[in-house]
Amino acid sequence: MSMSNSEKVKKFLINNTVPILFVVLLFFAIPLSGFSPEYLANEMITRLGRNSFLVLALLIPVMAGMGMNFGIVLGAMAGEIGLIFITDWGVVGINGVFLAMIISTPIAIILGFVAGLILNAAKGREMVTGFMLGFFMNGVYQLFVLYGMGNIIPINNPKILLPRGYGIRNAIDLVNIRQAFDSFIKLKIGDISIPVFSFIIIAILCIFIVWFRKTKLGQDMRAVGQDNDIAAASGIAVKRTRILSIVISTVLACYGQIIFLQNIGTMNTYNSHEQVGTFAVAAILIGGASVAKANISNVFIGVVLFHMTFIVSPRAGKELVGQAQIGEHFRVFVSYAVIAISLALYAWRRQAAKNREIKAVLDEQNEAIENRGGSQ
Amino acid sequence: MKNSIIESIEKIGWPRIIIGLFLASMFVIAPFVGVSVGTSISDVLVRFTFNGVLVLSLLPMVKSGCGLNFGLQLGIISGLLGAVTSIEIGITGFLGFLIAIGVSIPFAILFGIIYGLLLNRVKGDEMVVATYVGFSVVSFMNMMWLLLPYKSPDMIWGYGGTGLRTTISVEKYWFHVLNDFLSFEIGGVYVPTGGFLFFALMCLIVWIFFKSKTGTAMTATGSNPVYASSSGVNVNKMRLVSVIISSIIAAIGILVYEQGFGFIQLYMAPLYMAFPAIAALLLGGASVGKATIANVIIGTFLFQGILTMTPSVINNIIKSDMSETIRIIVSNGMIVYALTRRKKARG
Amino acid sequence: MESNEVVLKVENIGKDFFGNVVLKSVSFEVKKGEVIGLVGENGAGKSTLMNILFGLPVINETGGFSGNFFLNGEKAHFSSSFDALDAGIGMVHQEFVLLPGFTATENILLNRESVKDNFAVNIFGDRLKHLDREDMKKRAVNAINKLDVNLDPEMIVAEMPVGHRQFTEIAREIDRSSTKLLILDEPTAVLTESEAEIMIKAAKKLAEEGMSIIFISHRLHEVLDLCDRVLVLRDGNLVFESESENTNPREIAESMVGRSISDFEHTERKKELQKDLLEVKDLWVAMPGEVVKGVNFTVKKGEIFGIGGLAGQGKLGIANGIMGLFPSRGKVLFKGEEIPLNNTKNILDLGFSFVSEDRRGVGLLLDEPIDWNITFTAMQAHERFIVKYLGGLLKFRNDKEIRKEALKYIDMLQIKCTSEKQFARALSGGNQQKVCLAKAFALNPEILFVSEPTRGIDVGAKELVLNALKKYNEESGITIIITSSELEELRSISDRIAIVNEGKIAGILPPSKPATDFGLLMIGESNINGEGEIK
Repeated sequence: MSMSNSEKVKKFLINNTVPILFVVLLFFAIPLSGFSPEYLANEMITRLGRNSFLVLALLIPVMAGMGMNFGIVLGAMAGEIGLIFITDWGVVGINGVFLAMIISTPIAIILGFVAGLILNAAKGREMVTGFMLGFFMNGVYQLFVLYGMGNIIPINNPKILLPRGYGIRNAIDLVNIRQAFDSFIKLKIGDISIPVFSFIIIAILCIFIVWFRKTKLGQDMRAVGQDNDIAAASGIAVKRTRILSIVISTVLACYGQIIFLQNIGTMNTYNSHEQVGTFAVAAILIGGASVAKANISNVFIGVVLFHMTFIVSPRAGKELVGQAQIGEHFRVFVSYAVIAISLALYAWRRQAAKNREIKAVLDEQNEAIENRGGSQ
Repeated sequence: MKNSIIESIEKIGWPRIIIGLFLASMFVIAPFVGVSVGTSISDVLVRFTFNGVLVLSLLPMVKSGCGLNFGLQLGIISGLLGAVTSIEIGITGFLGFLIAIGVSIPFAILFGIIYGLLLNRVKGDEMVVATYVGFSVVSFMNMMWLLLPYKSPDMIWGYGGTGLRTTISVEKYWFHVLNDFLSFEIGGVYVPTGGFLFFALMCLIVWIFFKSKTGTAMTATGSNPVYASSSGVNVNKMRLVSVIISSIIAAIGILVYEQGFGFIQLYMAPLYMAFPAIAALLLGGASVGKATIANVIIGTFLFQGILTMTPSVINNIIKSDMSETIRIIVSNGMIVYALTRRKKARG
Repeated sequence: MESNEVVLKVENIGKDFFGNVVLKSVSFEVKKGEVIGLVGENGAGKSTLMNILFGLPVINETGGFSGNFFLNGEKAHFSSSFDALDAGIGMVHQEFVLLPGFTATENILLNRESVKDNFAVNIFGDRLKHLDREDMKKRAVNAINKLDVNLDPEMIVAEMPVGHRQFTEIAREIDRSSTKLLILDEPTAVLTESEAEIMIKAAKKLAEEGMSIIFISHRLHEVLDLCDRVLVLRDGNLVFESESENTNPREIAESMVGRSISDFEHTERKKELQKDLLEVKDLWVAMPGEVVKGVNFTVKKGEIFGIGGLAGQGKLGIANGIMGLFPSRGKVLFKGEEIPLNNTKNILDLGFSFVSEDRRGVGLLLDEPIDWNITFTAMQAHERFIVKYLGGLLKFRNDKEIRKEALKYIDMLQIKCTSEKQFARALSGGNQQKVCLAKAFALNPEILFVSEPTRGIDVGAKELVLNALKKYNEESGITIIITSSELEELRSISDRIAIVNEGKIAGILPPSKPATDFGLLMIGESNINGEGEIK
């Protein structure tokens, strides 16, 4: 199939409407905000190191046709449980981060498995179910952390326990492991500090994802993603494959949240995970992904554009209407609206595809009638 | 015998039985842990009247096949616009409340049309799209609350601030205009007669609507859209009408809530308001595809019962406030449970 | 390359679905490299036979089958289609079973990809093996070459012409080196003529290389061209078997539809039908799977007009198109006046009524009570069972009238139910169909379309339904257009019968014509000499 150049450009524009829109938006907003290029570059590097891993965790369920996995919140919770334990035990530095990952991996696997089972039962409405599952699990997490820890589960560090003797405090200072990854290998170019080790970890994950796509399991996920019934007819274990994709995503999200929190350095025990799903999904969609198709470049473009919008909009809002608050509200609005629009467009196209069969027949008929010289 | 027990349990539904028994046990335990049953019942009744209309607003959309209205916030925003406009005008008492309703309805219709047209284009994915449309509208209104030219000193930030406050008291305007109407106390139980009458009136209107030709067509549309359209019904129009009606009732619902609660809550407050209402409806025995007015009444009662009783009773037993956690688990668990129920296979 | 080696031997296979016999003691053999043509009307038992050979679970779930079959001399026990695949049976279905976003290669090798080992396999198992893309392409090209067709292995299925999709499907079965017997279920139905020719050529080439093929098709000239032998199934019996060169289309058609004349009764109508009521001119309907490509016919007032034909040829599309359920084009004149198409409400207002072939999907509100099901359409379209207030501004359901109407039809059509409030879902197929009829009658129509009125209902209910239609026609003088796959049913009730083939009307015959004439029209062999009204 050959395409003319203008068609190619048109196709590129249609496929990348969202990122292009954001580039245009930033083109005006960045100068308006008055931030220096160094500041922005520094922020971008930090945020790429902090957030990319979480967003990458969304890729595999998309491949398996399960849409945006709002359930990565579950993985984030697992990661936080690991961080609570290592803080309690006082494990320091990069060892602490790795230990947290090791502790939380089995928790993430179990949560991912449960989520996978539930999403299989809710086939056809995975996204809204994953979303609500995040809220539900938040309650279970509270039960576990606020009432179970220090009570049934031994926690001894009074710094993280509530004064009443059980339950974890609202905020935990992760001083032991603060930026343990980021500063493990230090590099500074001019005023810009680069978290080299975090980037190495992210690069490894990218390589893993590329490698994974080439495996038999990856191919099976692509097949399942396109059509459950046909995949099943060829002997692929569809349900199992779908569960596996959610398990992998949950485990990756768990690591992603640990990387995120070691950079931030403090953990809001009951809130840090709440918006993880929404922000990650918004980022990848701004990067040009859709519910059915997402790749690594969408992740990085998305993180840059999303966070750039995040950084500059309060200042730009202040310059524009004299109120920084407007900009703050605007960025929240942007993250929700982008998801709403992307999901709606996708559903819209899917509905159009359903009518395509009828349309194809109609076109054929019109052609036949015309060839005959019109209907009498 | 055994079978018939299981059958009737399944007919009522496990979640309702569990929650019902849980609630009953709360009332039994209450006096032993020093919680007044009278006050508790008053609380449940009052909260029932606050929330009933919001839950009722979900009904038309479920019936027409649009699913659970995760975008309830659109109706709520209309109601909020009515509320702040009424206060800006400054008329107090029942008339002020009516003005709030009057102002909010055109907004509800307008939002309902846009929202309904959108939902018709995303059939099958209504719920996830609606969730984020609801969030988007709430966050968009965050900017509007700052920018809209409201002037009443009861509503705007004092001392040089601009925009509306997060919480606006309706004390001076139409606080409890419904609840205190014909209210009385009997054996220590406060009965908000007006609130009940208003809720009953709304239920009656909805009930009558579903007896009309249009209401019947709407029910059939939800039951089998292909059948409906082969009977000459315009399916998309029916869905659209249901969304508009849902939005109007939701707008009225939030106003009822505010007159009872005493405050108008702006900004992020409406963000998650759809979930408890949906959970209540499901708790009442509704499913993604079917709901009745009885489901609304039973569900609101059970849900508000749990919300009222758990803090007081559980807190007195284990001396710590688990109510928020229990609320999260019950309401969101109920929704997840309902989403995993498959529609009965055709055939 | 036909040899004497028997690949498949079928011995006395029989099958019933809960007492309803669909296959009776069928026996035949397929030799290596032989192509067998399997022909029969819808419901003759072809699909059931193929499902048995292919080990589909539906067979075991419904009580298994009687008799045996042998592959290469070994008795076969299949519990799933995967067993059948392993044993060497490949099947190409009527609908494409391809992933639209995958390339030809990926589809040909779906779940049979070539893989390479790597380090992760030892830890996480075989599913982490790498795909060997190079080898995959080699295998795909190999399979395509065996077919001798022009198919790009790297092309994505969604972008392929229909014919290439069909080749991809066949290549998939060929790649399975074990495949000895290939079942092609109407592979040419969706192809253009030139594509079909290439397809036939490819099948011939495969047979030459030793593949045995069972070819199912309604296109007799293709069957005679490709196949070495032709088998005809009728009502579950193997009624005809012949070498291709020793038979002709007429003989095959005769054995397809030929029935004993004794069970066929048709009482000639006494009064003459004169006035034209409905005139259909060049009607096109875009109903997927039942496309109508320009039909013309006229129905007289008071007539029962039958529409027959094989499945998928477009007979069902006619009623669905006129009723506005699928997009249609053309001219429809009612009482001499042109009526707008694609507007269900309007058509219902004019006095049309429709009993759909898709009872559960279109015809009923399964989760609503019977009385609603019967009266809803009349209520919405004709405002019957409505009480008006404020000069018609408010319109409410008249539940009393609804109940009365429902009870009337429950009594009249003998609908077995606990009450008029029972949900339609709880009724048996026959009673559901009666509810559908009641719904149509409640509209008091001038013209009634009925599609597949007796499909899937028991004998007693069948007769009752047909009698009800006849009686309704005689007493109310209502015009009925009945569409059915069952020729006998049409012949017993209709005044004239139109046979639809490939989206067009192949001919219109009176029911007294011999069954063979209808059979020939059904399979597109319409060159019978000018007895019927043939267009």
